[in-house]
Amino acid sequence: MSNALLYDATMCIGCKQCEGACAQQNKLPYDDKVAAESVQSAHKYTVVLTKDDKFMRRLCMHCEHPACASVCPVGAFHKTKEGPVVYDVWKCIGCRYCMVACAFAQPKYEWQSLNPRVRKCIMCPDRVVAGKQTACAEICPTGATKFGERDDLIKEAQERIRQSPSTYLPRIYGLNEVGGTSVFILSGVKVEEYGYPASAKIGDTPMPEYTGRVMERIPDFIPVWTLVLGGIYWVSHRREEVAAAEADEKNGSAR
Amino acid sequence: MKFKLTFWKVIFLVIMALGVYSTFIRYFYGLGAVSNMTDQFPWGLWIGFDCLCGVMLAAGGFCIVGAVYLFNVERLHSVVRPAVLTAFLGYLLFIVGLLFDLGRPWYIWHQLIYMNPHSVMFEVGMCVMAYTTVLFFEFLPNVFERFNLQAPIKWIKKIYPVLIIGGILLSTLHQSSLGSLYLIMPSKLHPFWYTPALPFLFFGSAIAVGLAMTIFESTQSAKAFGRHLELPVLVELGGALLVALWVNALLRFEDYFHRGLLGEIIKPSYEAYFLWLELALAFVIPITMLSFKKVRLSPGGLYLASVFTVLGFITNRLNIALIGFETYVGHHYLPKWTEFSVTLMIIAMGFALFGLAVKYLPIFPEERHAVTQRLRTETEPVVATPVLGHAGD
Repeated sequence: MSNALLYDATMCIGCKQCEGACAQQNKLPYDDKVAAESVQSAHKYTVVLTKDDKFMRRLCMHCEHPACASVCPVGAFHKTKEGPVVYDVWKCIGCRYCMVACAFAQPKYEWQSLNPRVRKCIMCPDRVVAGKQTACAEICPTGATKFGERDDLIKEAQERIRQSPSTYLPRIYGLNEVGGTSVFILSGVKVEEYGYPASAKIGDTPMPEYTGRVMERIPDFIPVWTLVLGGIYWVSHRREEVAAAEADEKNGSAR
Repeated sequence: MKFKLTFWKVIFLVIMALGVYSTFIRYFYGLGAVSNMTDQFPWGLWIGFDCLCGVMLAAGGFCIVGAVYLFNVERLHSVVRPAVLTAFLGYLLFIVGLLFDLGRPWYIWHQLIYMNPHSVMFEVGMCVMAYTTVLFFEFLPNVFERFNLQAPIKWIKKIYPVLIIGGILLSTLHQSSLGSLYLIMPSKLHPFWYTPALPFLFFGSAIAVGLAMTIFESTQSAKAFGRHLELPVLVELGGALLVALWVNALLRFEDYFHRGLLGEIIKPSYEAYFLWLELALAFVIPITMLSFKKVRLSPGGLYLASVFTVLGFITNRLNIALIGFETYVGHHYLPKWTEFSVTLMIIAMGFALFGLAVKYLPIFPEERHAVTQRLRTETEPVVATPVLGHAGD
């Protein structure tokens, strides 16, 4: 049973209470200065952006097939069955492949730290496992951020679009992007205007497939290539041996 | 022994001093203080040059070992040891570079216990670890010979086939996988450089650069250590380099052709300028040069062509690692001087260790051996003849 978040930009009033609740939940500093920051960072997992009196929230999309989890050499990320994509800091070696691989550029880094961690929204996994909603959804005064079961939220989003087609663009961002995510965005304007990658650009293919196509060949490639190399080695050295033996014979008969 | 301060020694000391300072900044003030890497540019010069280019520059080891031991091209025997030495040093320095770039280098061993077989990075890591071990064993006979230890040389000779085949297998895997690293970034890396063919292109460029580097270091060490230059060997390598460059160029052309980008790449744009630079250095100049027999037979010409090749493919990998992301990110990334200084220090260490190894270990064949080799090659045509064509004489 997988959970998800539905963010409806048309219901958002830009109060930024989700930012504050997120900071509190993750024990991060939050004051007016942080509130004014309009970029996500190692100390700001989610941000509410403002443009022409309209708002948009950004946070980790919690992909169904997360790129970060597939690229991490030590498996520090994994998708839980409850929905959140979580991070085990004690495994991390700090290669930052997750940061370059993520199509939504969500993992951020503690650049100033001497023992840096990757930071991103982890969808309050402790709360979710305990059956509670995420901190941001709980505090949201208008219900713009809603927590629930993934399938239910998809149905609800479709219903909202059906009931007021003039309010919404007819798409649920996150439904199919990179094979589907666990965060859905409903909006009257294009999410791309707020820095989300265009759907056409990131496509519907789960990110791990791009490298998976190559990686899945390796178990076959190793024995085949070993045999080929071994074969070449054997042939070229066999010829040498034969030649040496012939030379020996010749020398022997000459003597 | 008297220590004489030469121009190059002064340069070396300055580079090392600045490098030590940058190392201090790196480990006492963090990655943010030492580099211009940001959340938008999480991979900078250290991944682009020290890792991507470093591994490519060390490819001579498996190319020459493959040619000599797998395909029995005996004429190249005299460059096996310097090529293996370069590769061994190259991989050691790659690991040094990694210790700078990783955020938590003290956990690098996690690779061995928390394995994620889906990760390209994991595969590269394991292969590099294993191949560095292989290179260590391929390098060891130098040390044993130096101290005249015959028994261990015999043991290594016994496992030599395993080392050779294992080494080439591991090289094939990780040289190509360095390209596969970027396969997961189709929406970020510029289409000039993002292609499903990346693993093939990386493997191809490794072979071209491996050959070019062998020419480069043979000429360089001949100059530096006053050794006799074995021209026939260089000529043979130059011929192989020309073929490798053509194969690489055709692969690139095919790739752009199939993806319908031929019209794009000739239009002036920020990325196009860097692409042109790369294509000119890696293909146009060296291929043109090597197409002239006069160049192919002159040590100076071969040296120059190999330098262009190396610079061209370094540009290629830096384009992939850095320039190719700038449009996506929306701003430029220029490494901080401390980043350059660490990279320079690592390169300087490479040159110094190579020099020390050549001085104290039997890396280059003894003069007596070289003379017979020379006599033999001079009496023979330089074009490749079947190795055993004269074996039964």
